Amino acid sequence: MPTVIFQLPDGTERKVTAASGTALMQAAVSNGVPGIVAECGGNASCATCHVYVDAAQSESAGPPNDVEDEMLDFTASERRPTSRLSCQLQLSDALDGLVVHVPEEQV
Amino acid sequence: MTTSGAPGVVVVGGGQAGFSVASTLRASGYGGPVTVFAAEPHLPYQRPPLSKKAHTDHDDLRVSLVPETFYRERDIDLRLGDDVVALDPAARTVRIRSGLSVPYAHLVLATGARNRPLPVPGADLDGVHALRSLDDALAIGRALTTARDVVVIGGGFIGLELAQVARARGAHVTVVELTDRLLSRALSAEVESHVRERHERAGVRVLTGTAVRVLEGSGRVERVVTSGAVLPADLVVYGIGAAPRDELARDAGLAVDDGVLVDEQLRSVSDPRISAVGDCARHPHPHADGPVRLESVQNATDQGVLVGRRIAGQASAPYESLPWFWSDQGDIKLQIAGLRAPSDDVRLTVGDSPERLAAYAFRDGLLVAVETLNWPAEHLAARRLLERRTPVTASDLTGTTLGALARARRAAEVRA
Repeated sequence: MPTVIFQLPDGTERKVTAASGTALMQAAVSNGVPGIVAECGGNASCATCHVYVDAAQSESAGPPNDVEDEMLDFTASERRPTSRLSCQLQLSDALDGLVVHVPEEQV
Repeated sequence: MTTSGAPGVVVVGGGQAGFSVASTLRASGYGGPVTVFAAEPHLPYQRPPLSKKAHTDHDDLRVSLVPETFYRERDIDLRLGDDVVALDPAARTVRIRSGLSVPYAHLVLATGARNRPLPVPGADLDGVHALRSLDDALAIGRALTTARDVVVIGGGFIGLELAQVARARGAHVTVVELTDRLLSRALSAEVESHVRERHERAGVRVLTGTAVRVLEGSGRVERVVTSGAVLPADLVVYGIGAAPRDELARDAGLAVDDGVLVDEQLRSVSDPRISAVGDCARHPHPHADGPVRLESVQNATDQGVLVGRRIAGQASAPYESLPWFWSDQGDIKLQIAGLRAPSDDVRLTVGDSPERLAAYAFRDGLLVAVETLNWPAEHLAARRLLERRTPVTASDLTGTTLGALARARRAAEVRA
């Protein structure tokens, strides 16, 4: 069961554990992590579950898929090279210890 | 956190709108009691996934909006399986099914909508389902494990989503629609023809302009008799629209007209201590000619946020959130931003692949709504531009897309 650390805009962090195969967005929502809005419930329709993957782990998290890549141009907070939509990022044991930063705004 | 003894906010309804009110109240610093009466036994959950997948048991359903601890940590008194049966605005109380009266300082009606019943003989046979609740979705999911001939009555969003779910399970699927178009109220004719063609290409038989006369079978449904054919059926799912659950308000003497009538701050026009949000509310909106009732997650969420913030004492603007909507029908991702009127001028554009389409609706020369197929980036660009009320004309879109326009305008903002 990989563990993920969400670093929140107010400087606090939330540690969450979820089964491999769970979408990062789902892990956040199931654990009440603030700032992951996920208006569309994980259907790559809304771009409100935007996160910044910690730069050191960006490579192991992988690049956004094509649709996600286009959608990231329209997030409420600025896009950065490590931006992902958390509904499209599947957790795996290889991502145990992943650190992601939650942006200021999602909508 | 709770102010002891004083009446607080009572929310009637544990759907997306009721959840949004309760969570926003706490997020906005409201310290009084918050009680949510949710008629169903389940934690408040997402409805959109219910028609998009064939679930068979609770374990593969992770649809709760938030876990139970969320409510406890925020001192939200969530009463599952408890229903409000009457409302007394003069006494400022609600009566719950068990007979108790509960006082309120503010009352929020978030009662949602109910499915219109199928008005034909045989609608009560086994194997005939409507879909609104989690339990409905589980029953349909179980039925789909064995169903071979599925008839979907109603070519609206839920019917078309379920048609694709049933196709993915290998069933023969027929959609029967009374009017001459699918999605006739929600979608332009230009996009509808493409949606229909894609369903047919995926193997769904579509019968428009077809009335259902009777459902037949001994105990279980076996066939659907329409104005044109007899269709074998071992599972029938119908979705022919919904009606607001506004009877509490009506019985209490509040103004109701196909939904609880509210002002631009979503207060009942009859009583400022009562608000209504989500599917059950009819409200003024700057994008509509008259009061509208919108059935969407976006509307439920955003209205809940406005009312939660207002009751918590935060400054609140009139409700004017841009309406947006999505529907996943197999490989078809349909998204709508804005409110199109039938008289709007619609221009269809093909995207960078033939799978992608956008229909731009113009009123008085300006873009007011955008429908997209399989083109989420264009949808998001439309939302950004329409939310900011950036004027876009048809000539602005000659030879380009909203996505390109939005990127260019964002780049210009950064430079400036």
